[in-house]
Amino acid sequence: MIEAVLVMAGLALLIGTGLLVTGARLGATGADAAVDRINQLLPQSQCAQCGYPGCRPYAAAILRDEAPINRCAPGGDPTIAALARLLQRSPQPLDTDYGTHQPARVAVIDEALCIGCARCLEVCPVDAIVGAPRFMHTVLAAQCTGCELCLPPCPVDCITLEPAGADT
Amino acid sequence: MNQPLLYNRQPPRPAWGVRVDPRKTLSTSEPIVAAPLPTQVQLPLELGPERRAQAVVAPGDYVYTGQPVARLETGARNVVCASISGRVAAIRPGPIPGPGPRVAECIVIDSDGQDRRHADCVPAGDPARLAAARLRELIAQAGIVGLGGAVFPTADKLGGSQPVDLLIVNGAECEPYISCDEMLMRERAAQVLDGARIMLRALGCDRAVVAVESDMPAARLALRAALDADRDPRLDIAEVTAKYPAGGERQLVELLTGREVPAGGLPRDVGIVCQNVATAAAVSELFRTGCPLISRIVTVTGGGILNPVNVEARLGAPLADLVAAAGGYTTTNCDLVMGGPMMGMALAGDRLPVTEATNCLLVAAPGELSDAQPGYPCIRCAECSRVCPARLLPQELLVACDTQDPDRLEQLHLDACIECGCCDYVCPSRLTLTPVFAQAKIRQRAHREQQRQARLAQQRSEARNARLAAAEKRYADGPAPDAGEAALTDLLARVEQRDERGDGG
Repeated sequence: MIEAVLVMAGLALLIGTGLLVTGARLGATGADAAVDRINQLLPQSQCAQCGYPGCRPYAAAILRDEAPINRCAPGGDPTIAALARLLQRSPQPLDTDYGTHQPARVAVIDEALCIGCARCLEVCPVDAIVGAPRFMHTVLAAQCTGCELCLPPCPVDCITLEPAGADT
Repeated sequence: MNQPLLYNRQPPRPAWGVRVDPRKTLSTSEPIVAAPLPTQVQLPLELGPERRAQAVVAPGDYVYTGQPVARLETGARNVVCASISGRVAAIRPGPIPGPGPRVAECIVIDSDGQDRRHADCVPAGDPARLAAARLRELIAQAGIVGLGGAVFPTADKLGGSQPVDLLIVNGAECEPYISCDEMLMRERAAQVLDGARIMLRALGCDRAVVAVESDMPAARLALRAALDADRDPRLDIAEVTAKYPAGGERQLVELLTGREVPAGGLPRDVGIVCQNVATAAAVSELFRTGCPLISRIVTVTGGGILNPVNVEARLGAPLADLVAAAGGYTTTNCDLVMGGPMMGMALAGDRLPVTEATNCLLVAAPGELSDAQPGYPCIRCAECSRVCPARLLPQELLVACDTQDPDRLEQLHLDACIECGCCDYVCPSRLTLTPVFAQAKIRQRAHREQQRQARLAQQRSEARNARLAAAEKRYADGPAPDAGEAALTDLLARVEQRDERGDGG
């Protein structure tokens, strides 16, 4: 009799612990996975126009219901439609307070004007600018997401945005 | 004939596809005629998507007929051969046939009227004794590409590492109006079989079957007679039901062998290679006379042509020459289509050159082809899914195209659409689905590229965030306890080194 009770109690303990561990892990990855799935739909320009410091933070905010789904200007209507489908909400027009949707652009440094201050290197969210202090900088057009974050820090305003693919 | 049959001699009747009015007899009553030698040819250097040839001649050079004038840098390095002899007038962009107005770099050759053969245009020896690799090399050097419409370099298709157990020589020309392959089989059946045999050797395979449609009995009889004279047990004929698009590569493979070519794959993946009958004839021509690919047979037909006929024309010759060879136009306001009425593309005019893909020039009299009429809403009758040879759900695809839902389009396998036009043909609401799908495919490709770029940007951003976080942590932690001392020793060592080198810095 006592053996049976011990065996059953032991089994219950074992299975309980197992469930606890896997449950804890699943819970953690569950929220993460959801953020990832939302993040997959965002254009990854990391432009912060939505008010969050990048695409993933915005995705997390959407999941927490802190931000509406219509703040991504680079993604525009297709991104909003995709988000609406995933989250089963109704699509909304883009909130133009957070920027307007425009065709893909890339930053171009006027190399004659660049003074090599390296300030734009620090702010580029995707490491698309090559350079070093007191050396001329240049933008890797294929890697640039056109986020405009390099424009404000430039002391000589030598960075402009040009239509993507026009100049390679 | 002791090997098991790999294919159906009488393939099953397909459930998909449509029966269309063939209208082939329009152009089959007369034998193939040769077009007069053109005064100028225009050879496009763009042989297809992402296959661009590099010219190996310069303006002013004299070229002989059959001389290589351009070369592809990929695969077996297929060439483009001059189709007449004369001087290279220019290498400049010119209009080429294609969807919409297309322009590609072209080599323009002014004929000297002599048609002098290049000295290399002699038979390379008995193909039955040459090694397979050598055969493929010769085929590439003769500029032979698939003449069924896809213009894929034949040598590349015959190469490759996957084993092949069946070569299908495709004579199932299912599009209405087109009869160039049928006439070729009727008049040059022995040549087709000979080409098939050479390709078997190049492939290292020992079965070939020529597929003909059931509504071309004359071609079948000619092939049968040639086969009886030939007595090669490796060659055979199979007859497929005349139903559009039974001649499509994937459809033909499925009908003959029951094997399904995977989506995004090639017949090669299921052990089969398909070659057009005209390609086989071109291969035979190369090894019997030494003549590379300089001409092809084009069906010039339609209500707008006085005397519809099959014309053997030099590549690069203006389409107007072909029209002249077929008696000229009957009316002035005809619609020009390259290919058949189902999959062909509208042409801007007859100044365009004949290319390897030009199997038919359809000159439609006004009202001959159905005009684009406004469609009605979809009534969800699902007739389109019944006829779809790729077994897609066109009505669902149309909805997904309208809502621009990339994931749904992926799920419905938009990329498997062969744009055959069967769904348009049967739609009772007269919806035009195929052009919508063609557009959506282009958008879908752009979307995938965007996705790829986004993933790369995400990776770079994540790497940067990790780097910044690590730097932050180092700063917050402060220097390691004995770091100051280590840094000082390091600095002193470097100063010493610099002094030794003697550069004041």
